[in-house]
Amino acid sequence: MSRPILILGAASDMARAVARSFAAEGHPIQLAARNVSRLAEDASDLRTRFGVEVTVHEFDALATDSHKAFVEALPTLPAVAVCAVGTMGTQSESEADPLAAAQVMRANFEGPASILAHLANAMEARGAGTLVGISSVAGDRGRASNYVYGSAKAGFTAFLSGLRNRLANKGVHVVTVLPGFVNTAMLDGIDTPAPLTAEPEEVGAAIVKAVKRNTNVIYTRPIWRLVMAVIRNIPEPVFKKTSI
Amino acid sequence: MKMLSGWGRFPKVECRVVRARTQEDVRQAVLEAPLIARGNGRAYGDAALNPGLTLDMTGMDRMRSFENGVLVAEAGVLLGDIIQAFLPRGWFPMVTPGTKLVSLGGAIAADVHGKNHHIDGSFRTCVDWIDLMGPDGTVTRTKQGDALFDWTLGGMGLTGVILRAQIRLRRVETSWIVQESVALTSLTDTIAAFEGAMDAPYSVAWINCSAGKTHGHSILLKGRHALPQDLPMDRTEFDLGRPGKTPVPFGLPFLFKGAALRTINSIYWRLQRRKAGRAVVDWDSYFYPLDGLANWNKLYGRHGFVQFQCALPKDTAEAGLAEIMEAIAASGQGSVLSVLKRLGSQSGPFSFPMEGYTLAMDFPTNKRSLALMERLDTITMAHKGRFYLAKDARMPKAVAQADPRAADFAAMRKQAGMAERFTSVQSRRLGL
Repeated sequence: MSRPILILGAASDMARAVARSFAAEGHPIQLAARNVSRLAEDASDLRTRFGVEVTVHEFDALATDSHKAFVEALPTLPAVAVCAVGTMGTQSESEADPLAAAQVMRANFEGPASILAHLANAMEARGAGTLVGISSVAGDRGRASNYVYGSAKAGFTAFLSGLRNRLANKGVHVVTVLPGFVNTAMLDGIDTPAPLTAEPEEVGAAIVKAVKRNTNVIYTRPIWRLVMAVIRNIPEPVFKKTSI
Repeated sequence: MKMLSGWGRFPKVECRVVRARTQEDVRQAVLEAPLIARGNGRAYGDAALNPGLTLDMTGMDRMRSFENGVLVAEAGVLLGDIIQAFLPRGWFPMVTPGTKLVSLGGAIAADVHGKNHHIDGSFRTCVDWIDLMGPDGTVTRTKQGDALFDWTLGGMGLTGVILRAQIRLRRVETSWIVQESVALTSLTDTIAAFEGAMDAPYSVAWINCSAGKTHGHSILLKGRHALPQDLPMDRTEFDLGRPGKTPVPFGLPFLFKGAALRTINSIYWRLQRRKAGRAVVDWDSYFYPLDGLANWNKLYGRHGFVQFQCALPKDTAEAGLAEIMEAIAASGQGSVLSVLKRLGSQSGPFSFPMEGYTLAMDFPTNKRSLALMERLDTITMAHKGRFYLAKDARMPKAVAQADPRAADFAAMRKQAGMAERFTSVQSRRLGL
């Protein structure tokens, strides 16, 4: 297959798994991240395992000025673009220093929304394409333990939903991914309940499936749909006294 | 901190786990604290457990290059990944153990062997070189012929952290195996059949080690890679199949003792005897019958199980095996999975296999089976046998030290500064 897939924020564990899932289907892969030198080994891995063509591209999610040029410089406009950009930050730091909080918000909302907006316009002009935004269940309701990260993800989720609505009749599909806990570097040193924790490979496989089927919103493990429905529906007077 | 165990789920040890994704991550960990590297956790016992620091290598699973059957890959790559990538192109691992879920680093560290040991030797046969991170954080590329290479193959990760390696794969014309199975009724017949099957590329036997009417009965499976002309018309040459997995939802420990166990073994033998003969089977069910059951290790219940695997030299093998099987029958214990294999000549100085026979059995973890295994230790030592560290979870230090290579290995580790950087629950238990 010759439909190229662009992976933004390609150095993360989740992005690596997503790239493998698409490459396994024979797609050429465009890997984009800061410090492209970090991507060299992952690029050879994809070439060696799957025999697909892989290109690497310097990309800084926070340098929103550069995003237009980044899209124009791609060798081909991808069929599918997956945005895996994001950082959890440290909640205590974000609380103590609003400037640190602003960085977390920019990395999880402003940057991803900006690059997807440019890609959306290019895909709209072409009349075809799929955009995949990896957001988070943390955006479903603000909680004391990570509301700065959560608020940015909430913004990103709303952005994806609006973008999907806008492009519904333009041949461009938007997939929102809410992975729940995933066994990646982001969770290193944090204990999470096993039934709620997915492996990155599960996220990769779920995204490939969602792109094929034009699914709108996926939770990688279905149980999360239920968990978040409960969390969203706890009345605020009760919710504010909990610590979940 | 994380509760970890080997594949046998015994012992369980609370360990601090750090996941490495790059060589730099490994270096930082090595310089920080004494550690053991861990791959996919397929060693059965405590070989890849260290409470202070266990270095999870599954994040280092990149393949670097592949040309004409020569693969360079990081230690965390699984044999299954290698098959997935290269079997469709006509390449298969030269040597594979009974699970494809073992990591490359783990296969090297245990110097695993497969059904073709009598012809091709152990895993080291296919390893050209290994990049090993030593106690001071520097990387050495060690090759066939180096002393360090010899100690690393079978060294259970105690000579350093295996970062990546170059291995050679085998050319195959199809993904299928032509299997020939024979039902036999005694240990003597089984050994005679093995000796008569030395030219079969693959051979292995399931043998009934529990008491009862079918004690000593076995099913010998011979195999070779199928050629296109061996295949029925409706089969494609390379069929990877679906990696479908049936999960095991809960333990059924009562199946592994007493009358239930004897009945299972006896029925199994009868069923297999009925199916005896020639068949063309897919690579996955031939090499990895148990991988189809995800977490089959949970079947033994929450206490887990312990595997006993010994090798006996050719001239004492029959007497030793007979004594082992009698001891098991007399104890009333037994094993559902008892696997007998003819080993070829020893290829690695510090590896487990030796010219002779190896017998592997699984027992549920309990006092009686632990006592039985001590009895089996004694029989094995009396017949000049040895034990497989990748399976071991309980051997006393004295038994391990009865192998003269153990003291040499420990002395080498001390002298090279490895002993203070690379350590596991197993290495401390056995004084390695």
